[in-house]
Amino acid sequence: MRRNNTNHSSLDAQDGVITQKSRSRVNAYLTHHLWVLVSSLGVLWRTPLATLMTASVIGIALALPTGLHVLLQSVQQLSTGWEGTAQMSLFLKSDVPEKRIQSLADKLRGWEGVSEVRYISREQALAEFREQSGFGSALDSLDENPLPAVLLLFPTAEAAEPIQMGLLLGKVQKLDSVDLAQLDMEWVRRLSGIIEVGKRGVLLLGGLLALAILLVVGNTIRLTILSRSQEIIVTKLIGATNAFIRRPFLYTGFWYGLMGAVLAWLLVAILLSLLGDPVNRLSFLYNSEFSLGGLDLETVAMLLGSGIALGLLGSWLAVGRHLQAIEPS
Amino acid sequence: MIKFDNVNKRYPSGHEALSGVSFHLEPGEMAFLTGHSGAGKSSLLKLIACIERASRGNVIIDGQNLTRLKSRHIPALRRKIGVVFQSHNLLYDRTVFDNVALPLIIAGYHQSEVGRRVRAALDKVGLLGKERLMPITLSGGEQQRVGIARAVVNRPPLLLADEPTGNLDPELSREIMGLFEQFNQVGVSVLIATHDHDLISRLDYRLLTLKQGKLEQGGRTSEMQILRAKT
Repeated sequence: MRRNNTNHSSLDAQDGVITQKSRSRVNAYLTHHLWVLVSSLGVLWRTPLATLMTASVIGIALALPTGLHVLLQSVQQLSTGWEGTAQMSLFLKSDVPEKRIQSLADKLRGWEGVSEVRYISREQALAEFREQSGFGSALDSLDENPLPAVLLLFPTAEAAEPIQMGLLLGKVQKLDSVDLAQLDMEWVRRLSGIIEVGKRGVLLLGGLLALAILLVVGNTIRLTILSRSQEIIVTKLIGATNAFIRRPFLYTGFWYGLMGAVLAWLLVAILLSLLGDPVNRLSFLYNSEFSLGGLDLETVAMLLGSGIALGLLGSWLAVGRHLQAIEPS
Repeated sequence: MIKFDNVNKRYPSGHEALSGVSFHLEPGEMAFLTGHSGAGKSSLLKLIACIERASRGNVIIDGQNLTRLKSRHIPALRRKIGVVFQSHNLLYDRTVFDNVALPLIIAGYHQSEVGRRVRAALDKVGLLGKERLMPITLSGGEQQRVGIARAVVNRPPLLLADEPTGNLDPELSREIMGLFEQFNQVGVSVLIATHDHDLISRLDYRLLTLKQGKLEQGGRTSEMQILRAKT
């Protein structure tokens, strides 16, 4: 009624009327979306057991790769901690005089990728060994100090990568005074190799499980479509667009995905808290700082995002395949 | 409003449902479509709502040629046509209000507008107090009136009805026909397919008679008794 009045008032008001009208159309569109969002949840709510079962399947399928991802992250964190402390030991020939060692240390300090060089003289090495090994008396029986002088070489943060360290090792080994150069990093490299394999495995597993989720959601939506074919026909007959008909099914897929992802979140959180204590105890026994990480924000966001995306995609595929087939006749 | 120009409809099975059908229903006109079952009434209505496409000839609705209509434009066409079905085709998991509101929600009307129009439509068919009920609790005649309210709530320029009184007793049938006449009086074009000769012979509207897919020479419903008496 009010709109009619403005219409009558003057032609100038027409623009206003049109924008007001189109704005109310947009509002109605958004309201409709919201309504479908809520009502599709309501429909799922009315069959709680069936909904929970579908959501659980999705949840478990999502929880598996997520849990493994968290585990890998924890291991990786541990190994990056070690990579930071990578060092190279240069065992020097025993006949190199003190002076040349000092100048060699100075020279190495000037090299690229070297942050620090520490000199451990033969005497220092002996004292250290005596203190730590408990073989003091055995050493006393020796005529001379069997230990070589050592230069400890610490790389800069950028150079602390396997490849760069390997290059540095090659250069150092060519030095005259150096008897043996050793990189204490082999096993770190192996570990990071294992982690790479693990990551690839989680990715592949995740891909397979994503496919399974698509099938589960797709099949569930297909059954919903079939059970509501009469409704689809009637709404098509009174002028519903395909988008309108598709919408509730897409939102249903959205809810399945979201519920599955939240369930997966819960599952992983529970598993981590159950595993946390024993893992900490074990790592304490190994004198390790290893501990299971929690679900960080990024992982949770990825979990929720992929759950929703898979739910939407699964229902999209089902709707695309089965909606065309349902036409009034 | 409806223009058929030498229309043929042949189904993939080979059955020719309509052949050489031509007629023109003017805007604001009301007409009845009769014929034995299998004569092609349903096929003709399906062509109008673009549920089926003509095999040959042109079907023009409100200036739009359906032969060349792209399928994405079909929803817009159907919103201009209110359809009343013999089997009501109501959604039984929703209230009367929600059933009648459906065309408006599809067309994207605002909430307040929806409520106003639904109540107006229900008032017109005499069901204003029953908007919160489920359709299954209503009688057959009431369900049919819900169907009519849904067909007219969007104020379409054209109203189609397929055996709208098929399952109703004579008195209810007369009421329903009265409703269609009321809509026609406010300018809606109406085409009703029916085989209820007794009912429509009391009225005076244009008559389209189909016989084995062909349209017979026209007449008026009021002349039906005379015509039948002659044969």
